[in-house]
Amino acid sequence: MGKIIEIKDLRFAYAAQEGEKAEEVLRGISLDIEEGEFTAILGHNGSGKSTLAKHINGILVPSSGKVTVDGIDTADEEKIFELRQRAGMVFQNPDNQIVSSVVEEDVAFALENLGVPYEEMRRRVDDALKAVNMYDYRLHSPSQLSGGQKQRVAIAGIIAMEPKCIILDEPTAMLDPQGRKEVMAVIRKMNREKGITIVLITHYMDEAAQCGRVVVMDKGKVVMDDTPRAVFSQVEKMKRIGLDVPQVTELAWELRKKGYDVPADIITEDECVDAIEKLFR
Amino acid sequence: MLRDITIGQYFPGNSLIHRLDPRFKIVMTLIYIVMLFTGSSVFCLALGAVYTIIAIALSKIPVKMFFKSLRPLLPFLVLTAVLNVLFLDGGDVLFKWKFIEITEDGVRTSVFMIIRIVLLITGSSLLTYTTSPITLTDAIERLLSPLKKIKVPVHELAMMMSIALRFIPTLIEETDKIMSAQKARGAEIDSGSFMTRAKNMISILVPLFISSFRRADELATAMECRCYRGGDGRTRLRQLRSAARDYIALTVTVVFLAGTIVLNILLKQFGI
Repeated sequence: MGKIIEIKDLRFAYAAQEGEKAEEVLRGISLDIEEGEFTAILGHNGSGKSTLAKHINGILVPSSGKVTVDGIDTADEEKIFELRQRAGMVFQNPDNQIVSSVVEEDVAFALENLGVPYEEMRRRVDDALKAVNMYDYRLHSPSQLSGGQKQRVAIAGIIAMEPKCIILDEPTAMLDPQGRKEVMAVIRKMNREKGITIVLITHYMDEAAQCGRVVVMDKGKVVMDDTPRAVFSQVEKMKRIGLDVPQVTELAWELRKKGYDVPADIITEDECVDAIEKLFR
Repeated sequence: MLRDITIGQYFPGNSLIHRLDPRFKIVMTLIYIVMLFTGSSVFCLALGAVYTIIAIALSKIPVKMFFKSLRPLLPFLVLTAVLNVLFLDGGDVLFKWKFIEITEDGVRTSVFMIIRIVLLITGSSLLTYTTSPITLTDAIERLLSPLKKIKVPVHELAMMMSIALRFIPTLIEETDKIMSAQKARGAEIDSGSFMTRAKNMISILVPLFISSFRRADELATAMECRCYRGGDGRTRLRQLRSAARDYIALTVTVVFLAGTIVLNILLKQFGI
């Protein structure tokens, strides 16, 4: 499979206020993402991860460097809608991205904009709603839904465009644990069943642990880029950057410090349970 | 507490009137209003009343809902009646006391005006009772779409309207939250004199405005991400299809209008 997102030496600075010096938010990022990959981007506030996400579908364009998505240069204004159709974006606050007062019409919003004919639109809207398990709510008003349900509707609205990749900017940050679970399940399903490339920006380490690849950003640069296991086993480095590791990894790390023999690369609860069980034998 | 407010007066249902094409409903309401204003005698209004009663019966909306919609207008109705009775002269004098003189014409006109206003309100309430605000917006957009030729931003206006409708529950919820937060910090919102309360409202309005601007900004980005670029070349999921029943209903309405006009002419000829 080929590369779907190619980022070459991306630098970006927001326009400076008068008398101030423009400070670079992104300071030379190079990153390739393969088609069908499930990547998490981690980093604390101000590390530039949301800014990076906004470059992938052309909301922001690079100050220097180049971003290409599925062969389209994001700086090419003529192809901007083609780009946005291929790279959909889901934001943090579900309330602020739902446009219509009826669930199914909101899912159809992008298709309406693209001028998709009625019959095809109907089919794609129904498929998208079924894919996120919200078909039964298609005639509801978004205000009647829970946070997790609203976020699934927002995802359906993107899926209906049939994009090749979806960028999610902290989609679970405002949800309760139940809503987070639902949304993560839907995201994983999209990746597995439809082969959609996922770029997940998150604050939650256990979500990142579910991904195939973790990119860690700090001060506008990529500082780590590896499998979750390889990234999280470097507990000290992560802590230096100001990030946490999954709770189970931290537990194993503390145990190792005390001299117990547990593996350093534990990232799931099951692995942790197994390792501790072994200690008692 | 704020959550109980219902916006619009939509009364969900599946009656014949509910199922009519909203574009036709708007046009029929306009014809109905014209009909009420052409009629210059109580007999013409009787025709309008028959039309209204048939429509209400078909809509299956409880009659008490219509009385409810009239209640806020009660002072206005009373005022109209009183003014007409007192200041209109003509015909036989029915009652005279000092400078107050009540004449036959005065009574007749005031009864006529009251019936006209009641019919007007009832008929137009029927439109909002049987059509959801969002459908109504949609229908208005389509009815006005010829105006696009003279550069009236019809699509944009309709989009603003529907976004406003979409965000009303969200903003109500938010206001509720801000109120609780300010109360928790000791703001007095429910007590104090009118002036203090008005001043304290500022502590609710300022955060509400700031958050609304942030929402608007985020929504705009989200809409752009979903390829929004104005009304050109858009297709719609909500299809408005006119059926035979719409044309029949429209014909009936036009017949009633014609009836009113004919009755008007006849009554004038016989000098009633």
